[in-house]
Amino acid sequence: MTVIEVSGLVVRYGGLVAVDGLNLEADAGQVVALLGRNGAGKTSTVETLEGYRRAAAGTVRVLGLDPQRRDDHHRLTQRVGVMLQRSGVYPAMGPAEALRLFASYYQRPEDPDVLLERLGLTGAVARTPWRRLSGGEQQRLSLALALVGRPEVAFLDEPTAGVDPQGRLAIRTVVTELRAAGVCVVLTTHELEEAERLADRIVIIDCGRVVAAGTPAELTTSGRGGAGVGGPLEIRFGAPPGLDTAALTTRLRAAVVELRPGEYRVDAPGLPATVAALTAWLAEHDLPLADLRAGRQRLEDVFLRLTAGDGAGGSDTRP
Amino acid sequence: MRALRGQVAAELRLTVRRGDSVLLNVAIPVGLLVFFSLVDVLPKPAGVVHPVDFLSPGILALAVMSTSMVSLGIATGFERQYGVLKRLGATPLGRPKLLTAKIAAIAAIELVQAAVIVAVALLLGWNPGGPVALAVPAILLATIAFSGLGLLMAGGLRAEVTLAAANGLYLVLLLLGGMIFPLSKLPSGLRTVAQALPAGALSDALHGALTTGGAVPARAWVVLAAWAVAAPLVAARTFRWE
Repeated sequence: MTVIEVSGLVVRYGGLVAVDGLNLEADAGQVVALLGRNGAGKTSTVETLEGYRRAAAGTVRVLGLDPQRRDDHHRLTQRVGVMLQRSGVYPAMGPAEALRLFASYYQRPEDPDVLLERLGLTGAVARTPWRRLSGGEQQRLSLALALVGRPEVAFLDEPTAGVDPQGRLAIRTVVTELRAAGVCVVLTTHELEEAERLADRIVIIDCGRVVAAGTPAELTTSGRGGAGVGGPLEIRFGAPPGLDTAALTTRLRAAVVELRPGEYRVDAPGLPATVAALTAWLAEHDLPLADLRAGRQRLEDVFLRLTAGDGAGGSDTRP
Repeated sequence: MRALRGQVAAELRLTVRRGDSVLLNVAIPVGLLVFFSLVDVLPKPAGVVHPVDFLSPGILALAVMSTSMVSLGIATGFERQYGVLKRLGATPLGRPKLLTAKIAAIAAIELVQAAVIVAVALLLGWNPGGPVALAVPAILLATIAFSGLGLLMAGGLRAEVTLAAANGLYLVLLLLGGMIFPLSKLPSGLRTVAQALPAGALSDALHGALTTGGAVPARAWVVLAAWAVAAPLVAARTFRWE
C-alpha cells in the first residue's frame, strides 16, 4: 500500500529553491532513507510531509491526505509520528513525564513504560530533565515521543545524529520493529552507512532533486542501478604504489588509472576474465593484491559521484 | 479532553518548577504587600489612612501582570526557542488546545495568587469595600491584554530578549502602573501616559472596585478593553511558531 506520494514538489524560502521538482513514494512496512548533503532538501521535503511547509508546486499525500490542509493535517496528527532534528521537548521535563504527557494526546497510545524500556531510558534517566540528558538520550526520547501514538507513518529527521554506538543499535532495532509492524518509516541522514544499514530503499537527493533511488544493492551494483545511477563500470584494486599502469592497460585492454598511491581503477566491467587477467599480471610481477572490488561499488562512491558538484560539503542554507 | 487536561497539568507543573516564576508571581507581590504595609513610607492617595488599603488592589494588579505577561511571555519564548511549540504542532494537541491550556493554567495561577494576596492583606488589616464584583471583569480583561503583550514578545523576539524585555516592562509598569505608587502622585504628563497603559487602567479599576465608596472610572474600562482587543490581535498576526 502506498502511504506517501510526492510528485513534482517544489519548496521555496523566498528566492531560495530548497526542493526542486522532487518525486517520492513509500509503502507501508517500508523504510525509506533520504540521503543527501546538508542543504540538499531532505528536511524541507520531510517538513512538507509533516505539514510544516507549504509546497510552492507539486502534490503531497500522506495516507491519502494532504498535510497542508488544516483538517487533513489534524487527522494525520493521530496517525503520524514525528521526530524533528531539534527535538522540541520541554527542557525541564524528564523522559517519563514527557512521554506520559504526549501519550495523553493520542487516542490509543503505547504504554510509556514499555517505550522507555525499549529505548533504554529507564531508572534515574527516566526522571532526568531533558536539558541534562546526553545527546544520545535526547535523541532516543525524541524517537520515543514520535512512536507513543502508535503511528502508521514515522518521519525521523536525522535519527542517529550525535548518538553513541549503543544508542544507534537501539534506534536501529526500533526501526526494524516498526518495519515488521507495517509502519512506513521515512528517515533522513547524511551518513551513508546508516542509510545502508537501515533502509529498504535509499533516495539520494542533491540540490532539491532525486538523483538516484533504489535498494542499497541496486545502488551499489554498477550499471544496473536504480533510476539514473549507472555510473561507469569499473574494477577497483589495491596494490603497491607505482605500478606500470601503461603495461597493465595494454594487457587488460582497458584503461588503468592510479587514483591515489596504491589505489587503482580499471575502466572495465567486473567480468571474471578481466579479474583473472589482472591477478595473473600481478602474479607474474610477484606483486601482492591488497583488495579487489569488481562490479559492486561502495555506496560512498556512488553518493560522492552523484552529488559531486560545486563545493562538496555544501552548507545548510535553510533559514 | 484528556489531552487538554494533561496539558493544563503539565503547564502548571512546569510553572511551579520554575523558581523565577514562583518568585515573580507570589514572593515579590506578597513581599511588597507585607513590607510596605508595615513600613509606612510610600505616598498614599488622599483619604487613605492605612497603606494596606491602597496596596492590596495594586498588588493584585501586579500579580495579574506578572502571571499573564511576564511569566507567560518568558515561558512561551523559551518553548518556541527549544522547538517545543513546533513539535507540539505535529501532535493531536494542536495550537488551539495548547493556547486553551495556557489560558486555563493562567486562570488557575491567578486564583491561587488572589487567594494568597487577599488572605495576607486581610491579616494585615485590609478593609475592602466598593463594587467588589467588578474586580472580576477587570482582571479578565487585563489578563487578556497582558497575555497578548506577553505572546507578542514571545512570538517575535529571541527568548533571551523576551526575558529581558518582559522583566524590564514589569519594572516600568510597576512604577507607572499605580500599583505601589498612586497615579495621582505622578507628574500630569506621565500620569496621562500611565492611565493609557493596561497596568494603570487595571490598578485604577481594582482600586475603584475594592475601595469603600469607590467606583471604576469609565476610562479604565475603555483602556482595558482596547488593550484586550489590540494586543492579542497583533500577537496573533505576528506570532512565529518556529
